[in-house]
Amino acid sequence: MPATPSGSLTAPSRATGRHRSLWMDVWLAFRNHTGALAGAGVFIAIALAVAVGPLIHTVDPHYLDILAKNQGPSLKHPMGTDNLGRDTLAQVLAGGRISLAVGFTAMFIALVLGTLVGVLAGFFRGLDGLLMRLTDMFLALPLLPLLLVVIMLFRDSLRAAFGPETGIFLLVVFIIGITSWMQTARIVRGDVLALREREFVTAARSIGTRRRRIITRHILPNVLSPIMVSATLGIANAIITESALSFLGLGFPPDFPTWGRLLFDGANFISVTPARVLWPGLAISLTVLSVNYIGDGLRDALDPRLRGA
Amino acid sequence: MTHYIVRRLLFAVPTLIAISFILFALLDLAPNDPTGQLPLTIPAEAREQIRESLGLGQPFHIRYARWMEQFFVNEPLNLIEQAFGIEIGDSESRLRVRSWATRSPVVDLIIERLPQTLWVVGLSYLIGILIAVPIGIVSAYRQYSWFDQLGTFVSMIGFSVPTFFTGLLAIIVFSVALQWLPSIYDTTHRVTDLASFWLQIKQMAMPVMVLALFNAAQISRFMRAAVLDNLTQDYVRTARAKGLRERVVLFIHVLRNSLIPVVTLIALGIPTVFGGAIITEKIFRVNGIGELLITAIQGADIPLVQTLSFLFAVLIVLFNLIADVLYGVLDPRIRYG
Repeated sequence: MPATPSGSLTAPSRATGRHRSLWMDVWLAFRNHTGALAGAGVFIAIALAVAVGPLIHTVDPHYLDILAKNQGPSLKHPMGTDNLGRDTLAQVLAGGRISLAVGFTAMFIALVLGTLVGVLAGFFRGLDGLLMRLTDMFLALPLLPLLLVVIMLFRDSLRAAFGPETGIFLLVVFIIGITSWMQTARIVRGDVLALREREFVTAARSIGTRRRRIITRHILPNVLSPIMVSATLGIANAIITESALSFLGLGFPPDFPTWGRLLFDGANFISVTPARVLWPGLAISLTVLSVNYIGDGLRDALDPRLRGA
Repeated sequence: MTHYIVRRLLFAVPTLIAISFILFALLDLAPNDPTGQLPLTIPAEAREQIRESLGLGQPFHIRYARWMEQFFVNEPLNLIEQAFGIEIGDSESRLRVRSWATRSPVVDLIIERLPQTLWVVGLSYLIGILIAVPIGIVSAYRQYSWFDQLGTFVSMIGFSVPTFFTGLLAIIVFSVALQWLPSIYDTTHRVTDLASFWLQIKQMAMPVMVLALFNAAQISRFMRAAVLDNLTQDYVRTARAKGLRERVVLFIHVLRNSLIPVVTLIALGIPTVFGGAIITEKIFRVNGIGELLITAIQGADIPLVQTLSFLFAVLIVLFNLIADVLYGVLDPRIRYG
């Protein structure tokens, strides 16, 4: 692959007059992947529902209507109400905002860390041994126990410093981010190790390009595809981890329920109002499933060997 | 090979020391007071004495060294003594890691919880493997058939839908709606006759199947990829060209080679069996290791949390090592490469 992503190796005979960029090729391949396309559709629908939904379904998720508790689905409450009479649909929509925000932010942190470690380890020989030992050590840490412990220990101090919602958001996002960068780092390092010996990097070096410029101009664009695949898997992983933490009662507080927290609260009322478990669970599952399908399609679409076939 | 194992073992030692230090320091430096939950009427001196009795009087490095000694020397010695009924040295006054909450040695608590975890989580792992391997083979052999499409879809669902949702869903269907299975795992239940054995099966069914589905999803995808890799190899064509029956080609040649990466994957997953499935154990109220850990975390029982999480780390490092060695044993190309 050449140094820049804009030019691609497609044979001239395949180009039908107008210029085809790499991303055009990727999109064409992605479009043929039924699962990925369906996944993208579902994911966009969920994201839109969560973003726009509260404007249409204008019930306050915190409003207590104790007379209308534990209700089944009705026109006023499409998903029913909980044991305090709060509207489940409004809660699911509000919770989705936090869940998706956690997923994206944590993925972003993990991605930046993973790419940084991977590129540094792959490009600078002196750092390789040290950084890879660090990665191995992080991989050997028992993550879920550690996450629980850290949240337990620092929840109160962060809450005091940043307020209840922001504090716990920062903690959860940060914790998930710094414990899920290892796979990205390993993949990126492998690719960078192969790239740095390639002719175009040698050429760039021989004309006196600075190392930082080589990394940003020649290395990074070429490791973009594994990074993008990691990104989708990272979102799925972060959403599941956050839900698991909240489900164990150690994530978000009940006043700012995420999907996981809604499940946790609903689990005790499972025989009275199973809808309280069903809807948030369905939301988590559909989101993760769609993101995984997008990742699958993206991996196939970004792999030039599979795309050409 | 021996050289390789020794080198890997030597690498494992600093990793474990670093992890033990991180775990110890993290829990120790955290803003947290073990006497914080005691009544306020206790005078300050008594409070200080309680702290002393919990072993908090000494400086950080002494406590860390003591803990390491207890973990690597004292407790293994105790276990050997119990197992063989012999006495090594002064076993009465040997210092043990004690839980703050129950005041009993941490190791005893773990041994008490281990059988439940091994039964439920271990069985689910085994069933998961037994489901996954045939599915993986058929999916790969009949690539893009309806079976493969269905298998891929189900396994995608299997690892996308978290166990805390499948578990609750199973409870809604089988306990609440159909009332076939109990939703709570009764650990005191003893199997004495056929009826109680049946009850045991019924109460294990849901947690085991929920976890098995999750495990099978991951392993079957991996198995499928491994078989697909091997089916296009030259040796398969050679075997067919020699006139071997298709069954022999698939189950002797391809299967044995495809199992190499799968076996190492399975070895890598074993620490999670011992670690217990925290979430599944919580949903079905199985009082296993995972449940012990979450209770310890919620009760700020620092010695128990430290020991348990370090034990998990040791297992992870150990099975990583085993997986690497297995790979070398099973695949000569790695050994001599």
